[in-house]
Amino acid sequence: MEKATLTFTDVAITVNVPPGSRIIEMSEKVGSGITYGCREGECGTCVTHILEGSEHLSDPSALELRVLSENMAGKDDRLACQCRVLSGAVKVRPG
Amino acid sequence: MTAAAARPASVPPLPSGGPVEIVPGVHWIGAFDPGLRSFDTLMKTANGTSYNAYAVRGSAGVAVIDTVHADHAEAFFARLEAVARYDEITQIVLNHLEPDHSGALPELLRRAPQAEIRLSPRGLPILRALLRDAFEAARILPVTTGAEADLGGRRLRFLTTPNVHWPDTQCSYLVEEGILFTCDLLGSHYCDERLFDDRVGDFRFAMDHYFDRLMRPFRSFVTQALDLIEPLELSVIAPSHGPVLRTDPRGYLGRYRRLAGPRSAPGPDRTLAILYISAHGATARLAQAIRDGAAGEPGVRVSLFDLEGGELHPFLDLIEEVDGIALGTPTINGDAVRAIWELLAMLVDIETRGKLGAAFGSYGWSGEAVRQVEARLQGLKMRLPEPGLKVKLNPAEEDLEEARAFGRRLAAHLTGRAPPREVDLADLASR
Ligand SMILES: Cc1cc2nc3c(=O)[nH]c(=O)nc-3n(C[C@H](O)[C@H](O)[C@H](O)COP(=O)(O)O)c2cc1C
Ligand code: FES
Ligand SMILES: [Fe+2]
Ligand SMILES: [Fe+2]
Repeated sequence: MEKATLTFTDVAITVNVPPGSRIIEMSEKVGSGITYGCREGECGTCVTHILEGSEHLSDPSALELRVLSENMAGKDDRLACQCRVLSGAVKVRPG
Repeated sequence: MTAAAARPASVPPLPSGGPVEIVPGVHWIGAFDPGLRSFDTLMKTANGTSYNAYAVRGSAGVAVIDTVHADHAEAFFARLEAVARYDEITQIVLNHLEPDHSGALPELLRRAPQAEIRLSPRGLPILRALLRDAFEAARILPVTTGAEADLGGRRLRFLTTPNVHWPDTQCSYLVEEGILFTCDLLGSHYCDERLFDDRVGDFRFAMDHYFDRLMRPFRSFVTQALDLIEPLELSVIAPSHGPVLRTDPRGYLGRYRRLAGPRSAPGPDRTLAILYISAHGATARLAQAIRDGAAGEPGVRVSLFDLEGGELHPFLDLIEEVDGIALGTPTINGDAVRAIWELLAMLVDIETRGKLGAAFGSYGWSGEAVRQVEARLQGLKMRLPEPGLKVKLNPAEEDLEEARAFGRRLAAHLTGRAPPREVDLADLASR
């Protein structure tokens, strides 16, 4: 199985994750300040800033793109409840 | 809003006067609600409030800025009709969609369907839910900082000022007149039909209290909003509640700067407050050891407080200013101690996002309290880099050494010197 890692800089921890994991599945467990509301890609509470490795994330759905734009998120921001880590090393902090 | 339930029967309505001119072609068309006694469940309103809406006339049409609470729609429409025909309305500016300002919007849209709606992008999901079937038919134009609406000889320029106090909040600036429509920002729950700050009674207390209850949890966003507002040339600040501020508008901005700023200048060190409660002294001993460990780290100032020895409210001021808190509680009857819950409940009144949080405590057999406190701290959007510290009954020397190490690690997270860690997903499950 290909290896993927997800680093939460606000709590200084890197998690070895199965490829395909959503950020939200780990963020609460590691105590990161990335929090969530709806978990369904609607509310924008989980906006997360991608510091490195955005190319290793799944492409945003139309819904994620709309919610990001309505929340005036930056180009390196994603929804933690939507995007999946596919491979490689990804580094994030709360948006 | 709990308007109806909170209204004492004895308060007579104010005489329903007409619109009030702010400058020629700019009118207040809001409504007075002298009987309101409770707002948003968050604060009392001892002399009611007003819902301020405005009409701005240009040579090409009229802009309506915000509406009023649905219970007061009649007064709003009467005042609007006194200054404009519905077919003249080209713009409806929605600076904020809370029901106290959007209550008359659906009816206004029925009467002026040609009008374009201008609002912040973050208002879109709220407007969608508010208008339901009418959303698709409405002419909606999201605007961000710098965008302008031309009214003919007059321009409204928009400033995106989110989270003061809803995601959708924005301000609108009438460029030629220097009038800033701030909606809830810089408002007061203060009802006085004389309207202008130089004519009404003493509302300073009401303005500060309003800040404390509604804006304080968002003080970093208030600061960002002030950064956008301060460079503007201002003759009038026209908020959505309370007096219209036309006497030294900049003075009010300075007042908000002070209210939203730190109580005292931050020192060079990071700060950690350890607050605990203890029935038999075990959690107190852990707290002391955490303090000793953290205080040994350079660049961190640590303070220790026994919650039993203080009133809770002043601790809010303390926590608002520090970079991190560690809360200690024993498990009593399967739960954290009531004073801890009361403190945790009060933390919604301040900004906690991004602060460091940690929990610790002694327990006898089940030890639920530490995890419960951690869950609440996470709900407050704090970061919890260290899993909580739990010790069975009275701590032994090795437990105290672990508590000191816990304190050192918290301090390291505060100074950014924490060594990076790597874990497998499976190991996290136990946290
Ligand atoms: C001061 C205030 C803050 C609010 N904060 C949130 C929030 O953080 N998240 C949310 O989903 N809704 C929030 N809301 C929206 C309310 O949940 C929503 O208006 C709800 O319909 C109110 O229900 P009620 O009529 O029973 O009071 C807030 C409302 C107010 C008045
Ligand atoms: S939690 Fe609501 S969008 Fe992700
Ligand atoms: Fe509001
Ligand atoms: Fe309001």
